[in-house]
Order: sequence, then structure tokens, then C-alpha cells
Amino acid sequence: SPCYVSLALYKCLYGRAHPTNLQHHRHYTSGESSGAAKVVAVGLVTLGSSIGGTVLYAKWDPKFRTAVEKNIPYSDWLLGMALGPNPYSPVTAHKKQVSKFITPKYPTTPPDVNMGLESSAEASHIISAISEVPSVPAPHDTEAAVLTEECKECHHHEGPLKERPAEEVTARLAQQEQEDQDILASVSASLEESLASSAKTTLQAIGAQEAALQAIGSHTHKLKEAMEAEVPPDQKSAQWRDLETALAERRSTVNDAGAALLKARDALDSLRSVIDKAKESKVAAVQPLVLAAEENLHSMVVDLDQAVTKVQSAESEAKIVSQYTELVNEAKRQFQKELSSLTPEIQANWKGLTGKLSADDLNALIAHAHRRIDQLNRELAEQRVREQVHIEAALEQQKLEDQKALDKAVHTATQHSKEEARLEQERKLSELREVMEAEMRTQLRRQAAAHTDHLRDILKVQEQELRSEAEQVLNSKMLEQETHYRQLTQEQLDNFTLDMNAAYARLKGMEEAIDSHVIAEEEARKAHQLWLSVEALSYTLKTAGSDLPTKPLESAVQAIQDSCCNNEFALALASALPEESLRRGVYSEASLRSRFNSLRSMVRRVALIDESHNSLYQYFLSYLQAALLFEEKQAMPPTQLTNEDLDPFKLLSYASYCLEHEDLELAAKFVNQLRGEARRVVQDWLTEARLTLETRQVVTLLSAYANAVGLGTTQAP
Amino acid sequence: MSEKELGKKWDRCLADCAVKVGAGLGLGVVFSVVFFKRHTWPISFGLGTGLGMAYSNCQNDLRSHYLLHRSMKVGWTKQQ
Repeated sequence: SPCYVSLALYKCLYGRAHPTNLQHHRHYTSGESSGAAKVVAVGLVTLGSSIGGTVLYAKWDPKFRTAVEKNIPYSDWLLGMALGPNPYSPVTAHKKQVSKFITPKYPTTPPDVNMGLESSAEASHIISAISEVPSVPAPHDTEAAVLTEECKECHHHEGPLKERPAEEVTARLAQQEQEDQDILASVSASLEESLASSAKTTLQAIGAQEAALQAIGSHTHKLKEAMEAEVPPDQKSAQWRDLETALAERRSTVNDAGAALLKARDALDSLRSVIDKAKESKVAAVQPLVLAAEENLHSMVVDLDQAVTKVQSAESEAKIVSQYTELVNEAKRQFQKELSSLTPEIQANWKGLTGKLSADDLNALIAHAHRRIDQLNRELAEQRVREQVHIEAALEQQKLEDQKALDKAVHTATQHSKEEARLEQERKLSELREVMEAEMRTQLRRQAAAHTDHLRDILKVQEQELRSEAEQVLNSKMLEQETHYRQLTQEQLDNFTLDMNAAYARLKGMEEAIDSHVIAEEEARKAHQLWLSVEALSYTLKTAGSDLPTKPLESAVQAIQDSCCNNEFALALASALPEESLRRGVYSEASLRSRFNSLRSMVRRVALIDESHNSLYQYFLSYLQAALLFEEKQAMPPTQLTNEDLDPFKLLSYASYCLEHEDLELAAKFVNQLRGEARRVVQDWLTEARLTLETRQVVTLLSAYANAVGLGTTQAP
Repeated sequence: MSEKELGKKWDRCLADCAVKVGAGLGLGVVFSVVFFKRHTWPISFGLGTGLGMAYSNCQNDLRSHYLLHRSMKVGWTKQQ
């Protein structure tokens, strides 16, 4: 009824609000749909913005990008589509590193450097063969230093190097050395040859130049002498003849000198070409020869140039002198011409004409002389006037010529000094190279020594390992053999022992069989006795009167204890009998049953009384209940008790049923479930029932035991 | 015999009740006669007192097993 009330209330309360609720609901449902769309939209926006944000940040931070690509499966595809390939992914970085290592190894090296690379290439092969480091090999090509070819070769060798066998390496080295030796020999031979020839020609040229110089000098000196000296005419003609010869000589020597110079220059050019060719070869030992040859060439060139300059200066001086002589000759000729024009009949040599000339001729001559003097004075005056200008012009010319000469001299000097500097540099380079070579050789030697030490150590270690392995194998085999042998011997022993044991066991068995016969008979006797005493005990149990207990069981138990003093089980059981039964005896089941029937009404009457309900009023109620309640006299107890079955009345019906069916134990169990005052009332009955049950159990056990023992000791016929 | 106890208790109860009621009645009569000018109320009072006392005694007797004596401590087993 309260629920109906509350329902009505609810209806009353909410019945009115129902339309608004509906409205709310409608609004809510329609709002709900828009709300769902809103939620979906918000979710989509969030997703899109998160993806966009991730992409942008990946674009800015490559590490983040790699992390994302690593962790999220298809993100690298997405990011690649959006941003392009990852510049910082670990694969490309590695490739870049590798290429960076490779490329700068082949810069544009001049041909000079390659001469030392051949042996270093071999060394690098050896080094790479020893160690794990994938060293990038130097070019091992011994041909012309074409860099592209070198690079191609090296790219072929980018893959892992295999170790060349030592013999091949030494063979190659020997071959290389042989080739070097050959080249060296040929180059040195050619150099020497060309040097010798050029030296000869140069010396010849220098000699010719010297001779020309001498000739020019002598010629000039003679000319000067001829111009200035006042010698008698016959000597003069001789002088002139000398002069002629000197001139001729000079010409010839100058020509010779010129020819020799050309030849020397040719020889020097050829030497230079040979030197250049020798320089191109890569053998290191050639270089000092080349250097020496170059120095020789340079010195020869310098000497030649010096001689040539000397000759040129002498020639210029000679030119001056010859010009002077020409002028003088010209003046003389002019004078002669005038003289001849004046006095045609007189001969040229006027010094010998002292007596032949007439006064007119003398006057004419003197007049002519005066006129000449006047003319010359005039010319002199004119000359003096034009002196300055002429001098300036001459100075200018001289300056120009001097400048030209200076330039030329400077040019040749610079050439020479440049050449010298270059030679110096070459010399220094070769020295440095030698030092480096020596250094490299020592390092390589050290490397080789370290390698041999390392190999030695490794071999030692390997030897140890192999030895220990072999020992181990040997030991294990030995052990196997030993265990096998031991096994066999043990088997034999075991078999023998087994046989012996079997025989002994049989003997023992026979003895025991005989003994056991004796024992068995003894046992049989005892069992018989025991059985008799137990029978006596169970007989005493039957002596219970209707309401009187049995006779005390003490005597029977004593009899049992006497009869089986060494049978522990029987003794234990006999002593397990309760004291009361021994002293007083037990009640029979029938008496207990009758007692129970009288108890029943009492129990019914106090069914409601327990610890908490024990006032007089409760007693009244309990008596009332007992008067009014009817239960079955006997009810079959169920196999499992529920809580309802613990009602005292039910329990009494179950117990009485059990008693009727001679199941004292179950009845006692049911009675045991009573609680409270009912329990107190049946306490004595329960104790008696327990006593009887115990005694009966013990007696049953004893009789069963006696039967068993008797059965056990009976021998089949 | 435990089943006889209850009967004994009832006997005691009845006897006690008889005694008490009789005593009460007697006393009531006496008092009524002596002190209270033959009113009936002391008689009924005495009767009632006697009955009450008898009731209480009977109840206590019947309950006696379930009551713990004051000297007994809770939680300790009663030595019998």
C-alpha cells in the first residue's frame, strides 16, 4: 500500500509537469540533434587542426618530423606528400657523410705531387688490409697524371678492399721499383747526353763570343790608333792593311760567334725540352737530376747572355769608333777633293810638295786655306750656336738609348733572377720531399712493425684457444669412455647382486614361511580368544532391561584386555569405551526410544524458550503454541537440511522417524540441533544416547576387528 | 534427568506462589483489619504483591540458567 501511495503522489506531482517535460524533451531532442551535429563538427575541426599543426611543426623541426615518422605508421607518406622528402632522415644523412668523405680526396693536384703517391698507395693498401677502417684508397695508377682518370680508378675502388696477398704486393713493389729504375736510368742518360752536348755548344759559343769580343776590341783599338796616330805613310798603309785584316777577322769572328750562339741556343732549348719531359715522369729519384740539369742550363744561359752583352757593348763602342773614323775619313776626303779641285796637278800627299809648288799655287792654297778657315770659323760659330740644341737632342737620344739598354738589361736580369728563384724553390721542394719521404718511410716501418706484433699476439691467442679446445674435446672423449666402462662394470655387478639377492630372498622366504606358519597358528589361537571375549562383550550389551541399563561392562572389558594383552588396536579400543558404560552400563535403544517419546511433549512445550525469550509470558506462549500446533508424528528427514528444518517440531518428527527406523545416530543428530531450553531439557537424553552410541560403535569395531583377525588367521584348506 | 527439572521448577513455582499469595492475602487482611479500616484495597494489594512476588520468583527461577551472576566476568567460561 505505501507503494501505491507513492505512485499516486508521483502522478500527482508530475502529471501536471508532464506537458512541459514533453516540451523540454522535444526541445531537448531537437536540441540534441543540433548538439550532435555540433559535437561532430567540433571533433572534425579539432582533428583537422591537430593534423595541420603537426604538419607545420614537422616542417619547422626536422627532428620532430623524424620522431613522428618513426612512431606513426603512415605519417611519413603524408608528410612526404605535404612537405617533400625529409632532408634529415638518417639514411640520406649517412649517404651525404659518405660522399663528403669521398669527394675532397681528389682535388686538382699538380703533377709534381703524384710522384710520391705511388708508394703511398701501396702503403695504404697494406694499412687497409690490416685494419677494419675502410680507408679511401689513394690512386694507385702509375700512368700519366690525368686527374679524371685517377678519379675513375678510385671510384672503382670505393667498394670494400680485399687484401692483396703479400707476395703479390712485394712482386708489385719490386716491379714498380724495377720500372722506376729503368725510367731513372733512361732519363738520367738522356739528361746527361743533352747536358753534355749543350755544355759543349755553349762553351763553344762563349768561346766564339770571347773571340769576337777580342776581335772587335782589337779592331777598334787599331782603328783608334789609325785615326789618331801620326805615322809615316808606308806604315800607315801597313796600318790600314792591318786594319782591314782586323776588320775582316772581326767580321768572321762575329759571324762565327753568331752561328755558335744559335747552335748553343738550340742545344739549350733541346735540353730544356728534355728536362721538361723528364719532369713529367713520376719517379722521385729523377728530380734531383732534373734540378741539377736545370741549374746547369740556367748557368749556361746566364754565361751566354753575359758574353752576348759584352759583345754587344763592344760592338756599340766599335760602332761609335767606326762612325768617328767615317767622319774623319769623310772630312779627309772632302779636304782632298777641295785640294785636288784647287790644284789639280798636285798630288794628294801635299807634305812632300815643298819645293814643287809655285807662289801662285801657294797663294791660292793660302787663300783657299784662309777661306776654309773663315768657313770653318763660321761653321764653328754656327755650331756653337746650335751647340745646345744639338747637345740636348744628343742627350735625349742618348737617354733613350740608355733607357732601352737599361730596360733590356733589367729584363734579362729579372729573367735571370726569376730563373734563379725558381731553381732555388725547386731545390728546396726536392729537399722537403726527401725529408717527407724519409718520414713516411719511418712511419710505414713503424706501422709494419706494429702489424707484425699484432699478428704475433693474435696467433698466440689463437694457438691458446685451439689448444684449449682440443684439450676439451680430448677430455670429453676420455670421460665418455670412462663412464661407458664404469657403466658396464656396474651392470655386471648389479646383475650378480640381483641374482644373489634373489637366491637369498628365496631362502629367506622359505624360512619366513615356516616361521609364519607357526606365528599364524599362534595368531589364530589369539584371534579365537579375542573373538570369544568380544562376543561376551556384545552379549552383555543385550542384557539391558526395558528401563534399566545394562550390566556394567567392566568385567567383559577386563576379559578382553586379558585375552589380547599384546593387541594394541584391541587394547586401544577397549580403553576407548566411556567410563560411564564401564561403571554403570548403557541403556538400550528401546529404552531410549520410550524415553524420547515422553520427552517429546516436554520439548514441544518449551519450544519458544531460549536465552532471550525466557519470561513467564513466553512460557505461556510456548505452552499455547504446543497446545495449538500439530505436526506429524514422524516425518522422513530430507537428505539436506535447510533452515526451515531446524524448527523444533520438525526436528522432533525427524528424530522420532529415525528412532522408529532404529537409526539412533541420526536421531541423536537431529536432537542435537535443538536450541535453547529445549536443548537443556533433552541434554540428559542426548548424553545417554551418545554413550550408547559410543559403546555400540566400539563394540562393533571390536567385533569387526575380531572377525577380521579371525578371518585373517583362518587358513584355507 | 534434565527433563525432570522443568517439572521441579514448576512445582517450586506453584508452591512458592501458594505461599506468597497466602502470605500476601494474610498480611493484606491483617493490614486491612488493623490499619486500614477494613478496606478491600490492602487485601488486593497484598494479594497482588504476593502474586507479583511469586511471578517474579518463578520467572527468576525459570531464567536462572540464562542469567550471568554479577560476580561472573563476561567472556570467561563458567567453571562447573
